[in-house]
Amino acid sequence: MSMLERLESALAGGPAAIRAILGEVEFPHVEGRNVTFLFDGEADEITLHHWIHGLPGELQFRRLRRSSLWVLQIDLPRRSRMEYKIGVMRGSRGELVRDPLNSHLARDPFGANSVVYGEGYEPPEWTVEDPEARKGTVEERHLDSKVFGDWRPIQIYRPARFRETRRYPLLVVHDGLDYLKFANLQEILDNLIHRLELPPLIAVMTQSLDRMKEYAADEQHADFIVKDLVPQMEDLLPLIREPSARAMMGASFGAVASLSTAWRHPGFFGKLFLQSGSFVFTEIGDHDRPPMFDPVVKFVNKFRKKPGRPADQVFLSCGVYESLIYYNRSLVPLLQETGMQVRVREANDGHNWENWRDRLREGLSSLFPGPLWHVYE
Amino acid sequence: MLSSAIVLGPQRRDPIVREAIEDLVPGRNSSVAVITAGWEEREGEDEELREHVNRPLINLKIWARVESILEKDKELREAVRERHVTWRRVQEIYRLRLGGLLGSTKELLRRGDGDPLFAVEEQDSWELVRGLDAQHMARVALIHADFAERIKPAERETVQKERRELEKQLADVSCLLVAGGHVGVLLHRMQLFDVCSLWGDRPTIAWSAGAMALSERVVLFHDEPPQGSSYAEVMEAGFGELPDFVALPHARHRLQTDDSVRVRMLSRRFQPARCALLDYRSRFDLRNGEWTAQPNSRQLSQDGLVEEVVR
Repeated sequence: MSMLERLESALAGGPAAIRAILGEVEFPHVEGRNVTFLFDGEADEITLHHWIHGLPGELQFRRLRRSSLWVLQIDLPRRSRMEYKIGVMRGSRGELVRDPLNSHLARDPFGANSVVYGEGYEPPEWTVEDPEARKGTVEERHLDSKVFGDWRPIQIYRPARFRETRRYPLLVVHDGLDYLKFANLQEILDNLIHRLELPPLIAVMTQSLDRMKEYAADEQHADFIVKDLVPQMEDLLPLIREPSARAMMGASFGAVASLSTAWRHPGFFGKLFLQSGSFVFTEIGDHDRPPMFDPVVKFVNKFRKKPGRPADQVFLSCGVYESLIYYNRSLVPLLQETGMQVRVREANDGHNWENWRDRLREGLSSLFPGPLWHVYE
Repeated sequence: MLSSAIVLGPQRRDPIVREAIEDLVPGRNSSVAVITAGWEEREGEDEELREHVNRPLINLKIWARVESILEKDKELREAVRERHVTWRRVQEIYRLRLGGLLGSTKELLRRGDGDPLFAVEEQDSWELVRGLDAQHMARVALIHADFAERIKPAERETVQKERRELEKQLADVSCLLVAGGHVGVLLHRMQLFDVCSLWGDRPTIAWSAGAMALSERVVLFHDEPPQGSSYAEVMEAGFGELPDFVALPHARHRLQTDDSVRVRMLSRRFQPARCALLDYRSRFDLRNGEWTAQPNSRQLSQDGLVEEVVR
């Protein structure tokens, strides 16, 4: 008997039978590809709000007979993650709430969403603090930017057992503070270095004061990274001063900032990690995105005409439930034609921080392979 | 080949080296020497081991000796770097060929299910894989031979000086310990001083990468690497001191031993050598060419299972 059938037949048994199911079963309930959402409450309309490209933006729950129970069943492919909120309409008043029956939350700079895991998906164990892993440190600093003429906040991650006498590779992270907060970047670096999947490295997290402008393929931002940030970090920290030991990463507009910086300063960074890049372009006519995309589209159109060879290696990831998947897929053959070494990972996920978190292991270890293959302590 | 050796699993958390030393050189409180070159710059951080062993312990500081030689000898340093680059390229090419061969062999194993026609093809496939492994070992040996011929490391004064010191240090030692770590670093730094010849056929205890380096071939493996191929690959020949023995340290973490196809892939490829799982408290003893094992020591079977070693 499917969950929907169980709920319907339990209705005949009254509230106690329903409570028994709620006590016994977790909702949303996942059976293979079928996911059943349940909402218990008086309302005029209940909807599921999600950010999955390809599905209608709002999915209607169905009231079970004349009870206060509302149900929705959807098809969710294996190993998917889906973030959502529930829309509750009472009279003319509507609100978006997190699913009261679901304790799984995904946080982002705007708050938190409920999240359902499709069959076969589990949050990777390497994303949470491992008590055995030696801990690196994160230092907050401000960087004097000649390019912007102001002070920029940065965070510097130093690996466990950091030594001034050693030389380390450098990873520059756009939206770095968000990566630390919402993608567990510090724990992940600690864990992957501990497991020898990454070599000890130094990560510098940058956070823009005006992200939608500076990350939108802005020339000044590219200069800031190449002329301010990296040279100052090389003066301050024991870094390997070679392109092959420099990587830059970012998600969404952060990926655009990474690619455009590398494109404006080809060969300066040897490695790029581009996550769900907002690489919108046009073949003809105008794009249908908000005006903040104008400079991005201009850059991507130029890049598509003359990509050059921004770096040696690129790892690109994108969720297949993102509207950006088309643009990212279109970029791949172009990147390959430049002669760069390109690796791509698609995931059954959307445009969100946990998707970006879950790709960090493969992306980082592919750009900076650790000594795992050769070390047997 | 050593007449008397003990091979152990990792020693960091639950060490059993002391018991092994007492069994191998009983009734003597003489010094033992240890090679921790695989720990690289942490080579000297041997306090825990020293405390556990509880007898005079000489760290041979092989890693540091090589570092100091390379610092002074630019030609040797460049040649070592160049050799490493060549080895990496050869390894990549071998990996390309290996992936193709092992991919088809794996399919034969998966689909065979007792079918005699598949079994014959599988046998032939293994011959090809073993042939490729042997060819690769020969290619890497040529890289080393070329390096030795051109650079003549053994004839360099700096190397000879350190070697003489090592010889002196080893003279009054009753047992040699070879710890784990980075197997390539360990192997190549030991090779530079030809430590195995200096030591000769005296009691030896090795664990993890130490055991890999002393084996006939160094097999690199991980069933679930974060990226790249998960096929085990041969790095190069080891010192050949441990006969018919493939050392697989940290097997619990690195191998999917509940996957019968993967287990058969390893055990059949390297037969007749024993694929020994070196986890905490594993212990394999070698006496005059015969292997025995302590309880809880496990190996991979030809049938795709993990079996306890019968003493």
